[in-house]
Amino acid sequence: MERFAELLDRLVLTPSRNGKLTLLVDYFRAVPDPDRGFALAALTGGLDFPAVKPAMLRTLVTERMDPVLFAYSYDYVGDLAETVSLVWPHRPRREGGPAPTLSDIVQELATASRSDAPARMAGLLDRLEVPGRFAAIKLATGGLRIGVSARLAKQALAAFGNVEVTEIEELWHGLHAPYMELFAWLEGRAAKPESAAKALFRPVMLSHPVAEGDLEKLDPADYSAEWKWDGIRVQVTCESGISRLYSRTGDDISGAFPDLMEEMRFEGVLDGELLVGDPTEQTRTFGDLQQRLNRKTVSKRMMTDYPVFVRCYDLLQIGDRDTRSLPFAERRKLLEEFVGRLPPERFDLSPILEFEDWKTLEEMRRNPPHPVVEGVMIKRRDSTYVPGRPKGPWFKWKRDPHVIDAVLMYAQRGHGKRSSFYSDYTFGVWSGDPEEPELVPVGKAYFGFTDEELRQIDKFVRDNTIDRFGPVRAVRADRNQGLVIEVAFEGINRSTRHKSGVAMRFPRISRLRWDKPTVEADRIETLFDLLGD
Amino acid sequence: MNARDLLHPRPEGLYCPPGDFYIDPVRPVGRALITHGHADHARAGNRAVLATRETLDIMAIRYGEDFAGTAQAARLGETITINGVRVTFHPAGHVLGSAQISVEANGLRIVASGDYKRQPDPTCAGFETVPCDVFITEATFGLPVFVHPPSTEEIERLLKSVAQFPERSHIVGAYALGKAQRVITLLRQAGYEKPIFIHGALARLCGYYESRGINLGPLEPATVEGPGRESYAGEIVIGPPSAFVDRWSRRFPDPIACFASGWMRIRQRAKQRGVELPLIISDHADWTELTDTVRQTGAREVWVTHGREEALVRWCEIEGIAARPLHLVGYEDEGD
Ligand SMILES: [Zn+2]
Ligand SMILES: [Zn+2]
Repeated sequence: MERFAELLDRLVLTPSRNGKLTLLVDYFRAVPDPDRGFALAALTGGLDFPAVKPAMLRTLVTERMDPVLFAYSYDYVGDLAETVSLVWPHRPRREGGPAPTLSDIVQELATASRSDAPARMAGLLDRLEVPGRFAAIKLATGGLRIGVSARLAKQALAAFGNVEVTEIEELWHGLHAPYMELFAWLEGRAAKPESAAKALFRPVMLSHPVAEGDLEKLDPADYSAEWKWDGIRVQVTCESGISRLYSRTGDDISGAFPDLMEEMRFEGVLDGELLVGDPTEQTRTFGDLQQRLNRKTVSKRMMTDYPVFVRCYDLLQIGDRDTRSLPFAERRKLLEEFVGRLPPERFDLSPILEFEDWKTLEEMRRNPPHPVVEGVMIKRRDSTYVPGRPKGPWFKWKRDPHVIDAVLMYAQRGHGKRSSFYSDYTFGVWSGDPEEPELVPVGKAYFGFTDEELRQIDKFVRDNTIDRFGPVRAVRADRNQGLVIEVAFEGINRSTRHKSGVAMRFPRISRLRWDKPTVEADRIETLFDLLGD
Repeated sequence: MNARDLLHPRPEGLYCPPGDFYIDPVRPVGRALITHGHADHARAGNRAVLATRETLDIMAIRYGEDFAGTAQAARLGETITINGVRVTFHPAGHVLGSAQISVEANGLRIVASGDYKRQPDPTCAGFETVPCDVFITEATFGLPVFVHPPSTEEIERLLKSVAQFPERSHIVGAYALGKAQRVITLLRQAGYEKPIFIHGALARLCGYYESRGINLGPLEPATVEGPGRESYAGEIVIGPPSAFVDRWSRRFPDPIACFASGWMRIRQRAKQRGVELPLIISDHADWTELTDTVRQTGAREVWVTHGREEALVRWCEIEGIAARPLHLVGYEDEGD
């Protein structure tokens, strides 16, 4: 358990992706089965122990220590699991037998009933040290949010076994903790596991952005185009009566969309965009879709107010027939027939755009008929459906980003390589009375600049600090002084969490406007106008 | 005699009226007794100073030779009488030269702990328990959540990370007095023999420790800039915590920020500071050491100062020991 606990602690504090990958790969290498497989399951959200509740821990600990001292402690630390792990009465090592392994703990928790869960949990905590107690509590209560996505874990597996990540994704949902056959294959000790399970994820096909000069070399007649919708890419899989909804990276997100699942009664696999609205009437914004994302459970109210549907792009399987090796044009014909038979309030087709030449398409891209369009997709008519991101068959051609001029208000030190730089910026725009305007923060950005620009902003921040709060500095920003930055972003949502009432999507710094007086920065109304409602 | 007549807080610091002296005053006074060389305890400008030889030397290094009007060295265990008050310095195990100060008159003994710890530390004399009537304890880590693991385990984690990321440098934040030398010594005891690179701010104190017979092994200044930076890959660099935010730290290739401090026990603290590898190494007593020490002194009354007072006062209450917070001003969250 110590090694798993140590892995968690390091992952939480390691900002860089490569650093996380090294930690994960080293862990898979150093730790034997079945512990590493359970660790993998824990990291990818595949373990659930409903019998253990956070409130139970509080009871357990206050039976063992003065409640006032516990209250002081909890107040200081702020996290229940961490507090309990730290204040749990210390026992000399090895009293009560050897420390439990991760597998022992999983076993113990998985077989716990509601009535004996407290005693089992206490027994485990008695036999662990501080880091192990923390990990055990987080594991038991399902709080392992440590900045490792299932995707990253799969990439670590791919690096560990020197295979393509798409191979792991394709197998993934047919495998179960502790993943012994997977590790055996990755270590070259056994053949690739056969997936007999149904409704597995098929790794998706991705596109490249259109680069300067790409299109001139291509004949428009060879390509088909459609809108790129601004939702989330999903795979709808129904096989032998089993239905699953997967994200682009193969995460099973069925649980969050029971309204859609109910209508998934067919035999086939679709590729499409998940959106909110009723396709026969209107397609609603990404902001509305966000209401439905990252939820474990969903209320009736939520489903009525924010119904989801799938706008279909492609067909990967009909009945027993795998269609991925057919050309796009043929798949599209099959798709049209197929979607025609599905409930129209849950499934519709992404329309094909008619265009003569690239210039016409460019016009369409610049002036999309709908705010929920973020550009166009260009697909070779003869392209087969290939997992990953092959160069050539598919392109995405995004609408140009929005830009505003904002004023730098706060700067925070970065992490890792950038820990000596003020590299995370909060910026604001003017609001209120035009005679006496005030800056309101509207977003944060931490990329989009060169190393040299980073140095310049860092110097500006250090030279213009007017206040400090921990790692954050407030910088001079008023009508006479301050730094104007041009911020590019993809869109805007309403937000109750931000004082300004709006939140930007993917903001990044596109230019530093050392030349521009702060009074000429944009006003909040410019952002409100983009809300499109 | 009432304990409060022998010692009580004043704005300048803890004052002894019959002896007419202060312990660790925060403003210049006539006569100061100083527990150890950390800046919040040892300040310049007092007329007369009594402290251990090492503490006096450290003050001279930090403030210049004229840091006080007159300086007198106190030998550990030797009693000095000041205006009829018997004063004895005892080792506190905190940093080189650190002492607790026992103050005794009319059969009443008060021990002011200064800062102390109980974990073994090869760079200074170990804490000595002094039975007393009133024990004035520090409480930097005075909450049950602070339980420091053995420092040797923390050093093992550092060395493991160095092996795991050979292309990166590890920059360890450690206070210039005490912590830095302890971390270096622990690395040496763990078998690390390569040169350790140190920030300029540590050089004089490291030199002083060596002159007192504490062998730190090969040390090199962390000064190379520009193209030479790749040579720090795989190396350990030690600097004062404040140096992390300086341009100084930019000279190292993709550094892993480490911080050796008792505060690193709390994840959020590590996160806020952008620390990637927290090392829970402290020169202060943790909760267990604090409560054990209070018991061992046999004190019937405990005065709590320097940190988080309320939890320790509460614990004393449960144990049936009279306790009160001292509310001395001027001591910082020293952070080590
Ligand atoms: Zn100190
Ligand atoms: Zn102190």
